[in-house]
Amino acid sequence: MTSGTEVLVTGIGASTPLGGDAASTWEGMLAGRSGVTPIAADWAASLPVRIAAQLAVEPSEVLDRVRLRRLDRVEAVALIAAHEAWADAGLGDPTTGERAVDPERLAVTVGTGIGGAQTLLNQDDILEASGARKVSPHTVPMLMPNGAAAWVGLDLGAKAGVHSPSSACATSGEAIALGLDLIRAGRADVVVAGGTEAVISPLPIAGFAAMRAMSTRNDDPERASRPFDKARDGFVLGEGAGILILERAEHARARGAKVYARLAGAGITSDGYDIVQPDPEGRGSTRAIVAALRDAGLAPTDIAHVNAHATSTPVGDMAEIVALRRAVGNHPVVTSTKSMHGHLLGAAGAVESIATILAVHHGVVPPTINLDDPDDQLDLDVAAHKARHMEIPAALNNSFGFGGHNAVLAFTRA
Amino acid sequence: MATREEITAGLAEILEEVAGVNPDDVTEAKSFTDDLDVDSLSMVEVVVAAEEKFSVKIPDDEVQNLKTVGDAVSYIQKANP
Repeated sequence: MTSGTEVLVTGIGASTPLGGDAASTWEGMLAGRSGVTPIAADWAASLPVRIAAQLAVEPSEVLDRVRLRRLDRVEAVALIAAHEAWADAGLGDPTTGERAVDPERLAVTVGTGIGGAQTLLNQDDILEASGARKVSPHTVPMLMPNGAAAWVGLDLGAKAGVHSPSSACATSGEAIALGLDLIRAGRADVVVAGGTEAVISPLPIAGFAAMRAMSTRNDDPERASRPFDKARDGFVLGEGAGILILERAEHARARGAKVYARLAGAGITSDGYDIVQPDPEGRGSTRAIVAALRDAGLAPTDIAHVNAHATSTPVGDMAEIVALRRAVGNHPVVTSTKSMHGHLLGAAGAVESIATILAVHHGVVPPTINLDDPDDQLDLDVAAHKARHMEIPAALNNSFGFGGHNAVLAFTRA
Repeated sequence: MATREEITAGLAEILEEVAGVNPDDVTEAKSFTDDLDVDSLSMVEVVVAAEEKFSVKIPDDEVQNLKTVGDAVSYIQKANP
């Protein structure tokens, strides 16, 4: 560890298309289950894309009605995941205020790629139809992109700073890297870190579809997300949240916390190439992987497993293959769990970090489903179809976002 | 014309919908903020819903004077006799 400060993952929480918590999400992944389904709402009928990876458990089954009135879906799902992670870490009971960390040493880094877009659209409909007086007074706190982080901070009583990085699909990778920095810099002992997204609605889908970025395999939803496969035709939009509890090792050990893995390092770079196209040579992502290895004090040969960003777009998957081959080599066992839960945008890095952490912890790589006919240029060892049991001393999680953002996290066995 | 009891019952319905207040707790002596935990943003929702329900206008300047449920009942009764 280059900085001398050891940071551990002591809690996890998630709500995803595969399950309403981290355990059921992980079970779904190991079973190779697809969370992609047709969109039942009427509005989908006129869109070119009519499939998505929708939440397995609706927030209304978890949070009460009055609470939900003042939360955008992106905030509600973040709160659900954050409360699970908090309880999992054994940090206390938010309702009594009893907690195992000083609030002034507790920070939040929870990002979203898009924020409360659904609230913005709904309230604009109300404005157009009924005038300004009918617009909800909760509109601004529901749509502001820091809303999810702020609610998590309020619920858990965090007073060492609440941050909400936003870098499209690299958002939560970057949020977790920021959490690592805060602990290393001595500004917090515990950081609630992760990401959230919930924009399965007409305008975002129309926008992504207009970019020709999404799969249009509407008649075969479970097979639509197929990273690294020759027949891949774009990503499948997912929704959900993932939250990690990052904790300074001495703090965790002093309270006898259970430990999933060590967050050993992070690498953040920007492509400087194009606003949405990945650099086809993967130069920015290569530098991010190299930076993460250096930060973690790891050699490429130490990496046994990579949870790839691989969204199932033709260009993006290929650029990542190039970067992985160059930065790590072709020995790690690679997977893309997006084949099952779709692309969670700002929550992708957090949910996939949970997959990576559990892979390290349990010694099993979740599968990449639908990899029936691998791309001719795929010369990496991908865990196709079935989970792979193996020793994983160290693993990487990649997240890359529109705007040319690259965030790579290195987890090691603790 | 609505009686004070009818207006109180109507406000109780709104308060339950907007802020999750138990209708049994809504009596004329109760303060919206101190007794019923209605925060400032929810109070805006209550006012807008009450305007619609009772066909009255409640100007923003007036809202600060509506401390208790009874204050609101009196204002609504006066505004829509």
